[in-house]
Amino acid sequence: MSTPFLSLQNLSKRFQAPKGGEALTVFENVNLGIEKGEFVCIIGHSGCGKSTILNILAGLDEPTEGAVIMNGKEVSGPSLDRGIVFQNYSLLPWLSALKNVTFAVQARYKSWSKKQVHDHSMKYLEMVGLAGGAELRKPSQLSGGMRQRVSIARAFAIQPELLLLDEPFGALDALTRGSIQDELIRIWSGSDQTVFMITHDVDEAILLADRILLMTNGPYARVAESVQVDIPRPRERANIIHHSDYYDIRNHLVEFLATRSKELAGKQEDGVLAEPSVVRFGAHGVITDPKDNRKPATSRAE
Amino acid sequence: MLASLNARALVLSLVLLAVFLGLWEAASPKQELAGELTEYELLMGGAEPKAAVPPPSDVIAKAWEELSNPFYDAGPNDKGIGIQIGYSLYRVLSGYFLAAALAIPVGFLIGMSPLMYKALDPFIQVLRPISPLAWMPLALFVIQDSQASAIFVIFICSIWPMLINTAFGVAGVRKDWVNVARTHELGAFKTAWIVILPAAAPTILTGMRISIGIAWLVIVAAEMLVGGTGIGYYVWNEWNNLDLTSVVFSILMIGVVGMLLDTAFAYCARLVQYQE
Ligand SMILES: Nc1ncnc2c1ncn2[C@@H]1O[C@H](COP(=O)(O)OP(=O)(O)OP(=O)(O)O)[C@@H](O)[C@H]1O
Ligand SMILES: [Mg+2]
Repeated sequence: MSTPFLSLQNLSKRFQAPKGGEALTVFENVNLGIEKGEFVCIIGHSGCGKSTILNILAGLDEPTEGAVIMNGKEVSGPSLDRGIVFQNYSLLPWLSALKNVTFAVQARYKSWSKKQVHDHSMKYLEMVGLAGGAELRKPSQLSGGMRQRVSIARAFAIQPELLLLDEPFGALDALTRGSIQDELIRIWSGSDQTVFMITHDVDEAILLADRILLMTNGPYARVAESVQVDIPRPRERANIIHHSDYYDIRNHLVEFLATRSKELAGKQEDGVLAEPSVVRFGAHGVITDPKDNRKPATSRAE
Repeated sequence: MLASLNARALVLSLVLLAVFLGLWEAASPKQELAGELTEYELLMGGAEPKAAVPPPSDVIAKAWEELSNPFYDAGPNDKGIGIQIGYSLYRVLSGYFLAAALAIPVGFLIGMSPLMYKALDPFIQVLRPISPLAWMPLALFVIQDSQASAIFVIFICSIWPMLINTAFGVAGVRKDWVNVARTHELGAFKTAWIVILPAAAPTILTGMRISIGIAWLVIVAAEMLVGGTGIGYYVWNEWNNLDLTSVVFSILMIGVVGMLLDTAFAYCARLVQYQE
């Protein structure tokens, strides 16, 4: 087996408690492989450590133990190869929406002329529906959803190898969300980009992802399951619900969030497999990875 | 509503001014007619009534006279108010910008590096509370030039608010914004230019505004000490001449110039202000 494009090896993160109390272990022993070109979503309850994982993948934060390997090299520090849409947008408030994108494009493509940078930036701003004057406004003069879209345009415009998205559509209405999801899929499928996306929306995850990672509640959270979404692409929002696997997957995710994320939570004893168990739905119902030795994840049948 | 509030405030200000000037005028002793002076009083040059605080009408007349010809130069002790203010502004601005040229980069360094912050903090804490005028004798001795010493005193008093505010502003830049710079692999210079400087600019400008205010306060005292030229020297000189009308007039001018300086910096501060 060749090493995957992105691999998280024995990743743990602990935060030192203020005043020397017991350290908070957000997650422990996370082992994951993500293939090049894969679209992976991660779901888990608030506070379980999703953003923490994403920040480590970005190189903004360091794991307490373990390492992240991308393209055969250990991730140390941030890089333009990894574009990020932050949970809180992180736009620079003194720059206009356009400038928030152009400075990033300029940083990525240093040899480009001003006009090339401008046109490229505008292309992505138009893609997220921010043109015709809105691009000249400062973030404080934009709505929350518009700010989020600027942040998406900025990350997409630098065309990174790995896109890290932290609840990128959280502040958007259903219509805008739908159109930007379509754009994301279009951009992703037209390139060999890999996407790692945090979301709270199970339907969004099924629509977009090749694979959905399920995280148990923290502290001592871990990625317990990896649900394969084999629904063929292109997936249409309107039709996907008619696919035979759709509700199996959906119920599995909802059930995980409702009960199993809690049941599986807590510190792991030694000897338990550190890799998430693979869950796959097909004509014969649920198949879990044979090497998994825990309570098998089951579908509606239970 | 806003316009009417401004209009009403203006009316009230004018009323208060009129009442104040009226009371002042009424309280000022009337000057006796020249013809009634005794020979003794004539010999004394009518010094007694002249030394009283002048009524506002005299001050206004003086202001009209001075401001209609602000730049005349009739020897070392008789220069127009414009020239005197010009000298003061020259000293204040040169000392001030020298201070900015040092304080802002050093403040940047301190703000970026906890090590430098800890290392330089004791020096700052000891030097900052020293009255700028306390440096004057040392400056005069070392520099051997009264003009440069005045500039040095301005330099030393302007430095602290700018240094401390710059360090504070730079250290307080939101981590999210620094992360934006990091994820876009901006170099040290670009990070400073694109992210840190704009983020800290409002705090830095506040420090600069405090500094210019202090510099303008200090220049009057410094010029009283070093003499020669400048608005501070002018006040002191007119006091020695017992020309209280000129003293009151120059006090007002000090206030007006100080206000204009502050307004200019307030305007610059608005330019770099941003809303989160
Ligand atoms: N700098 C920090 N210092 C201490 N604890 C932290 C720090 N950052 C995060 N945590 C803790 O780590 C845990 C995980 O936080 P994280 O932001 O990764 O959650 P999340 O899964 O992204 O949640 P959400 O869905 O609400 O965004 C939380 O319990 C949080 O309190
Ligand atoms: Mg989060």
